[in-house]
Amino acid sequence: MSDDNKDDTGAAGSEEPRRGARGGDGRREEAPRERVIRTPSPARDKELLAEGDISAPAGAGEQLDEASAKRAERVVATFFLLAFAGSVGFIAYYIGWSGRDGGMHGVDRARESNFWLGGMMALSFLALAIGVTIWVRRLMTSKPIIQERHLPAADEETRAGFNEDFMEGAVDSGITKRPLLRRTLLLASAPLGLAPLVLLRDLGPLPEKKLRSTFWAKAVEEAHKQGKKGVRLVVDGTNRPLRVSDFSSPGSMITVLPEGIEEHVPEEQVLTETAKAVTILINVPADEFKPAKGRENWHVNGIVAYSKICTHVGCPAALYEQTTHHILCPCHQSTFDATNAAKVVFGPAARPLPQLPLSVEDGYIVATSDYHEPIGPSFWERG
Amino acid sequence: MSQTTAPQSVDASLNWLDDRLGSTTFMKRNLKKVFPDHWSFMLGEIALYSFIILLLTGTFLTLWFQPSMQEVVYNGSYTKLNGVKMSQAYASTLEISFDVRGGLLMRQIHHWAAVLFMASILAHMLRVFFTGAYRKPRELNWLIGIGMFTLGMLEGLFGYSLPDDLLSGTGLRITQGVTESIPLVGTYLYMFLFGGEFPGQDIVPRLFTIHVLLIPGLILGMVTAHMMIMWHQKHTAMPVKNQTEQQVYGYPFYPVFMAKTGAYFLFTFGVLALMGAFVQINPIWLFGPYDPGAISAGSQPDWYMGVLEGALRIMPNWEISAWGHTVSFNVLIPATVPLGIIFTGAAVWPFVEAWVTGDKRHHNVNTRPRNAPVRTATGMAAVTFYGMLWIAGANDVLADKFHLSMFGITWFFRVGIFIGPYLAFVITKRICLGLQRKDANIIGHGEESGIIMMSPDGRYSERHEPAREEKRVTILSKENTRPEAPAKDARGIPAPGSKGPLGHLRSRLNRAWTFDDIPVEEHEHGEHGEGGHGGVEGRESRPLSR
Repeated sequence: MSDDNKDDTGAAGSEEPRRGARGGDGRREEAPRERVIRTPSPARDKELLAEGDISAPAGAGEQLDEASAKRAERVVATFFLLAFAGSVGFIAYYIGWSGRDGGMHGVDRARESNFWLGGMMALSFLALAIGVTIWVRRLMTSKPIIQERHLPAADEETRAGFNEDFMEGAVDSGITKRPLLRRTLLLASAPLGLAPLVLLRDLGPLPEKKLRSTFWAKAVEEAHKQGKKGVRLVVDGTNRPLRVSDFSSPGSMITVLPEGIEEHVPEEQVLTETAKAVTILINVPADEFKPAKGRENWHVNGIVAYSKICTHVGCPAALYEQTTHHILCPCHQSTFDATNAAKVVFGPAARPLPQLPLSVEDGYIVATSDYHEPIGPSFWERG
Repeated sequence: MSQTTAPQSVDASLNWLDDRLGSTTFMKRNLKKVFPDHWSFMLGEIALYSFIILLLTGTFLTLWFQPSMQEVVYNGSYTKLNGVKMSQAYASTLEISFDVRGGLLMRQIHHWAAVLFMASILAHMLRVFFTGAYRKPRELNWLIGIGMFTLGMLEGLFGYSLPDDLLSGTGLRITQGVTESIPLVGTYLYMFLFGGEFPGQDIVPRLFTIHVLLIPGLILGMVTAHMMIMWHQKHTAMPVKNQTEQQVYGYPFYPVFMAKTGAYFLFTFGVLALMGAFVQINPIWLFGPYDPGAISAGSQPDWYMGVLEGALRIMPNWEISAWGHTVSFNVLIPATVPLGIIFTGAAVWPFVEAWVTGDKRHHNVNTRPRNAPVRTATGMAAVTFYGMLWIAGANDVLADKFHLSMFGITWFFRVGIFIGPYLAFVITKRICLGLQRKDANIIGHGEESGIIMMSPDGRYSERHEPAREEKRVTILSKENTRPEAPAKDARGIPAPGSKGPLGHLRSRLNRAWTFDDIPVEEHEHGEHGEGGHGGVEGRESRPLSR
C-alpha cells in the first residue's frame, strides 16, 4: 500500500464555513436579488445536482450547536433503544412463544414465526442503521480532507533494479543456460495439467446408445415374450391400465407411462426412466386427424401418443389446446400440431414430438414398439 | 477537547499487535483514507453486503439441508404433501421451512439476497461503465467484476436447483437440454454432469458442493481482490469541485465512511429481513416435488437467467442434420451468442476504447456520460439488447396479461433485438450531444435567470447569469477532443499508427468517436462559436428572439 496521508485540511477547510452554512436558513438572504413578479423563480435558487454530490455531515467543519447536538443525540439514542427492543423482542419471541404447544409445525405457525422473527430482525437492523445515519449526519465533526493520488507505477530505477535481480536469479539458477533442464521440466509438468481431467472420467457413464431407447422398448419386449401384442399404457399418477373406452371423448389429453415402470425398475431409476418414457395420449377427432405416411395404423380411432418431452430442451410439453389441437410447451412456447404427427407449428423446437405406435388388445390401449427415434432434445450423434 | 491518547485497553492491544505485525504503520496510513462520495458508489456496496448475508444465511441452511436425491415418503408438518414420494433434498427443504424456527426466514432472506446480489452487481457495472470508471488503471477490477457476475449467474442457477422442487427440476432439465446440444461432446458432458441420464441420483449432491464450496470460495477470493485493488488504487471520484486527477476529496474512512458503510450494511440486512419476513419468494411447497412429466404454466427463472430464457424463446427453430450428426442452432445460438456478445464485449471494451482513442493516461475522475457519447450510446444499445431479451423471457406472461398474440410478441422481439439497440444508440448519442450543446451554452452565455429585462428602447430580453462555481466545475470537466493528425500528411506519408488495415480501422473508429464532439470551453471575451454573442463574466443579456 503506497498511500500516504497528506491531510490538507487547510485548503479544504477554508471552503467549509460556506459549505456548512449552505444547509442552513441563511442562504437565501445571502444574495438578495430583485425578482420581477410573475416570473419563474431564478434557476440559481434551485437545488442543483452538483451540490448533492457530497452528502456532508451537517456539523462538518463547524462547531456543533450544543442544543441541537443534544437533541440529535437523543434521537439517535432512541433509535438504538428501538434496535435493542427489536433484538430483545426477537429472542423473547423465540424463547417464549415460538415453541409453544410442542413447537412450530405447519404453515400457520411457520408464517407466524416468520413474521415475528423477521419483523423483529428487520426492526433491529433498520433502527440501528437509521440511528447510525443520523449520528453521522448530525453529530460527527469530521472535515472533508484532501489526499494526493499517486501513479501506481514504480520509478524507472526500481524497474531496472527489479529486471536486474530477476535476470541475475535466472542466470544463477541455471535455467537459462541449461536447456535440457528447462525442457525436461516443461515436459514433466505438461501431463500434470491433464491428470485432473482424467480423474473426472468416472463422473458418469459414456452415452453409448442410452439416449436412443426408452423403457417402452424393454416393456414391449417383455410383453412380446409373453405372447402379447404390446405393453399397456398406465395413467401417470394412478397407475391404472387404460382401456379404449376410458378415453373415448374427443379432445381430451392424458399423461401415460408403460405398465411396470414403477415395479420392474430399480427404485432409484424410476424417475430417470419416467423422464424418458413419459408420453401424452390425445384423442383427436377422427375427421381432423391426418395420420402421417407409414403411421396409418399407429393410432386407435384417433387416439395418438406422442412423447411428452419437448424436442427443444426437454421440458414437458404439457399444455393441450382443444380447439386448435395444439400441444404447447410452457417453457419456451414450442407449439406442435396434434392432428398432424405433432409437427412444429411455432416456436424454437425444430423437430416434431416422436410418436408412439399404438394398438388395441383386450380392450386396452397398448404400445407395440418403442419410439422409432430418440426422444427429447437434439444431440450431436442423433443424426 | 479531543483526547490525545487512546484508552489503555485500545492502546495496549494495538501495541501488542504492532510489536508482532508492524500493523500500526499500516493503520496510520489508512485510518483516514479519503473516500469520495456519491450515491451511485453505494451500488457496489449493496452487492458486497448481499454477498456477506448470503454467506451467513447459506451457512445456516446447510445445517439442515440434505443434498440427497434418495427417495423418501414425506410425512411431516406440511400435511398436504403427506404420503407423497419426494427426494430427501425436497423433504429437508420442507423441514427447514416448516419445522426449523427461523428456517423459512433464512431461506427467504437467502433467496432475496441472491436476487439483490445480482441486481446490484448489474447496477454497479452500469454505473462503472457509463462513468468510464473502468479506464486505466482499473481494467483489472472491471474484469474481476465481469467474472463475479458470471459466477453469480451459475451460483444462482445451482442454488435454485438444490431444493429439487418442480421449478428447480425444470431449470435443471433445460440445463441438461442445453448441455446435450453442444456439438461433439454434448452427450458426454451431459452424462458426466448428471452421472448418467437425467435426472439420476448425483446432480443435487454435486451441485450442492459446487454451490456451497467451490463458487462461493472463488467469489470470495475475487471480492477480496476487488476490494484490495480498489483500496490500493483509491476510488474514482465524480467530476465535481476539489476532485482532480492528482487529488481526492472527501471524508476520512475513520470515522465517517466507516460509520456510513456500517449503516449501509445494516440497511441492506434490514431491508432483506423485511422482504424475507413479508414478501414470499420461491414457495417450494406449492410447486411440489420434481416430476419430469409435470410442469406449471408461466414458469420463470430468477431474473438474472431471464436473458437466456428470452433468447431461447425467440430463436427460430434452426437445426442442421447431415452426415449422421445434428447441430441445434435453435439451442446453441441463444445459449452462447447473446451473453457471449455482452460479456466478451464488456471485457474487451476498456482495451478497445483505449486503442481507439489512443488514451493511455490514468483516469481517476469519472466522465459524465454525455461527454463520451459513443460509449454512452454503446452502453444503452447493450442495455436495450439485454433488456429486450430479458422481457422476451416473459413473452407468455406478456401475452396473458396484455391479451396479445404470442406469435406477434415473439416476432416483435425477433426483429426488435436488432433494431432496438440501433435506435437506442442513435437516440442516446443525439441526447448526449444535445446535453453537450446545452453545457456549451451555459459556459458560453450563462444560465437563464428567468428575469426579463426591458432595454431603454423597449426591447425585451432575458438576463443570463454565469453558472454557479460547482456547476461550472462539473461542466468544465469535459475534455474536448483534439482532432488527431490526419492519416496522411501533405506529402502522402501515413501517420504512425494508421498504417495497414488495422491502422485504417483505428483512424476510422477514432473519427467516429470524436467527429461530432461539441467543445465546451470558456472564452475570455471574444466570439463564441455557436451564437456569436460573447460575454460570460458580466451579466449580459441576449435578445429573446434567438
